Amino acid sequence: MNSREAILGALRTNLRRAADGGEGAKTVMKRLTTHAQNLIPMRGQRDLSARVALFEDYAVDAASTVARVASTEDVPAAVAKFLRAHNLPTKLVRAPDPRLDAIPWRRQRILTLEARPATENDAVAVTGAFGAVAETGTLVLTSGNTSPTTLNFLPETHIVILWADQIDPDYESQWTRLRARYGEGMMPRTVNLVTGPSRSADIEQTLQLGAHGPRRLHIVIVDV
Amino acid sequence: MTESSPRRFNEQAADALQNVELQQALNHMRAGFVQRRREAIDRLPEFEGLRDESQAIKNHTLDHLDLYLEAFEKKVTEQGGRVHWAKNAEEARRIVLEICRAVDARTVTKGKSMIGEEIHLNAFLERNDIKPIETDLGEYIIQLRNEMPSHIIAPAIHVNKKRVAESFREHHTKLPADRTLESRVDILAEARSELRGRFVAAEVGITGANFLIAETGTSVIVTNEGNGDLTQTLPQVHVVLASLEKVVPTLEDATTLLRVLARSATGQEMSVYTTFSSGPRRPDDPDGPEEYHVVLLDNGRSALYGTDFQEIFRCIRCGACLNHCPVYGAIGGHAYGSVYPGPIGKVLSPALMGIDNAGNLPNASSFCGRCQEVCPMRIPLPKMMRHWREVEFDRKLNTVRARWTLGLWAFFVRRPGLYRIATRLAVGLLSRCARRRGHFRTLPAAGDWTRHRNLPAPQGGTFQDRWRKKRLDR
Ligand code: SF4
Repeated sequence: MNSREAILGALRTNLRRAADGGEGAKTVMKRLTTHAQNLIPMRGQRDLSARVALFEDYAVDAASTVARVASTEDVPAAVAKFLRAHNLPTKLVRAPDPRLDAIPWRRQRILTLEARPATENDAVAVTGAFGAVAETGTLVLTSGNTSPTTLNFLPETHIVILWADQIDPDYESQWTRLRARYGEGMMPRTVNLVTGPSRSADIEQTLQLGAHGPRRLHIVIVDV
Repeated sequence: MTESSPRRFNEQAADALQNVELQQALNHMRAGFVQRRREAIDRLPEFEGLRDESQAIKNHTLDHLDLYLEAFEKKVTEQGGRVHWAKNAEEARRIVLEICRAVDARTVTKGKSMIGEEIHLNAFLERNDIKPIETDLGEYIIQLRNEMPSHIIAPAIHVNKKRVAESFREHHTKLPADRTLESRVDILAEARSELRGRFVAAEVGITGANFLIAETGTSVIVTNEGNGDLTQTLPQVHVVLASLEKVVPTLEDATTLLRVLARSATGQEMSVYTTFSSGPRRPDDPDGPEEYHVVLLDNGRSALYGTDFQEIFRCIRCGACLNHCPVYGAIGGHAYGSVYPGPIGKVLSPALMGIDNAGNLPNASSFCGRCQEVCPMRIPLPKMMRHWREVEFDRKLNTVRARWTLGLWAFFVRRPGLYRIATRLAVGLLSRCARRRGHFRTLPAAGDWTRHRNLPAPQGGTFQDRWRKKRLDR
């Protein structure tokens, strides 16, 4: 008997499962296909503008920085301003994302952008997001041909362009959008929930930002 | 390093109490974790409701574990990944080795994995000429120091920054002698730059899993550093090590558990990185691993299903029971001699290592009940420690003295009349013997107590007599 059968067999015996799975099999199938929602905290359940404010509060609590701009046109200036304030390079690597293609980057002459996955030598990455969750100030980033995962982790600075109506009250709303996009039971290879920049408290239980992932996480929220 | 072992718990605990650096670290830890958890919970009015639901989700899943594991496997396979089943540590190690050999791996990066610790994977890979590199900062530090983790979420909690700097100087050969490693910032920057090259060079990345999701065939890891993400994104192969009970039904169920996990563990609203991985990279993905493997480890667990111990598998490894345990707080993690220290370890280690090896652990408790109060999954840890004590007694594993004493005590408590007479006699005798001083400096059969402090002599009758008198007075 192979290990798979030995393990499943022991579980079936100890859990007193009927040979054909019995009632249990039906219960399990139903639970997986209905994927019912559990208790959802009230905290995020507010109208859009209050939700954006809540997102901003929790993102800042988690040591992200946030800038608000009135329209897509204003994004390049906001990015340039952030880079200047922190004395960061203006050579950027960005996601090959159509929403980022539509941003008039040329208005800020000092910025140069390359659309590709990140390598270890890149200092600053710019990406979009699949969405965001107001409840905890969390970004939802998915992998795909227009959104390489390496951009989220290798560079020391990560700038995320987020449109205000992408901010949902809770994670559950994001799962609903995910199923609508990828199909029932399907996920992209990677979904990252990101709440603030990388950190470690492993040395003397004292928090220090910038462990292996980005030291800075800057979110530019575009009003809609 | 001398291997610590649950068999030598008493000596190891005594040493820990004398270790000044450890005691400083533990004092610092207790205050931080406890307070931050309290604050996070106070911010979320639904927390108790989420605990109830989390408990129900896991109970349901454990009762149907065979079916959820099959569903999980089916989904992983559909997406081009592979599930491997390992009955014990040896099989799990062999499976990992075969995966590594298939791609001629020379180095392997590792995200934090308690299963990796449980099966002693690092030593095994090294014996097979594959270099394992821990990438979680705490795990990396203890790997350099050749130690076991001393806390399930803060493995290097016992090490101060001076000792970390010493280890880095010893092992980082390219580190210039005049580079300062005084501050935590310096140390973190040094670790980051040393490990960066390792992430890029490794052929295989191994992570643990906080959850597996049956609905989507997904593994979930939770980190603050982002090390787990570099570990699983950059190499050609991603291997996930998980024990059977990690599976949950749906994304929604995982979400409920995530809402209690970080708050109970570190008092964060959410850990920085919660990553869901499903299968290998897709045909048009520009990055990510080409292979995705999940190793499911049993290692004695399946035998405990359908027994009183099944509830322990609700554990989500948050560490809250360690952070609130007076025994852990006094002696730290190494004294337990098991990769799972603290209250969770007192129940889990005997299951994994055998009660004859780990029998000391369920006895090292004052039964204050704090662990059960703070456990987000409401696992009745004290009750389960008592179960182990019963198993131990039934199998005649205690010392002759302990058995004899317990036997004597049992004889009297089953005979209330005799018990009353005997305790009255004993109390009278003791208080007469100690009349002048009011306490004993030494007393036969109470040597473990009187070695460290005096034993107060009983004053004014037995508890039962005083209780009866009090009731009559009212
Ligand atoms: S037993 Fe409970 S408190 Fe302890 S680690 Fe597990 S879930 Fe957390």
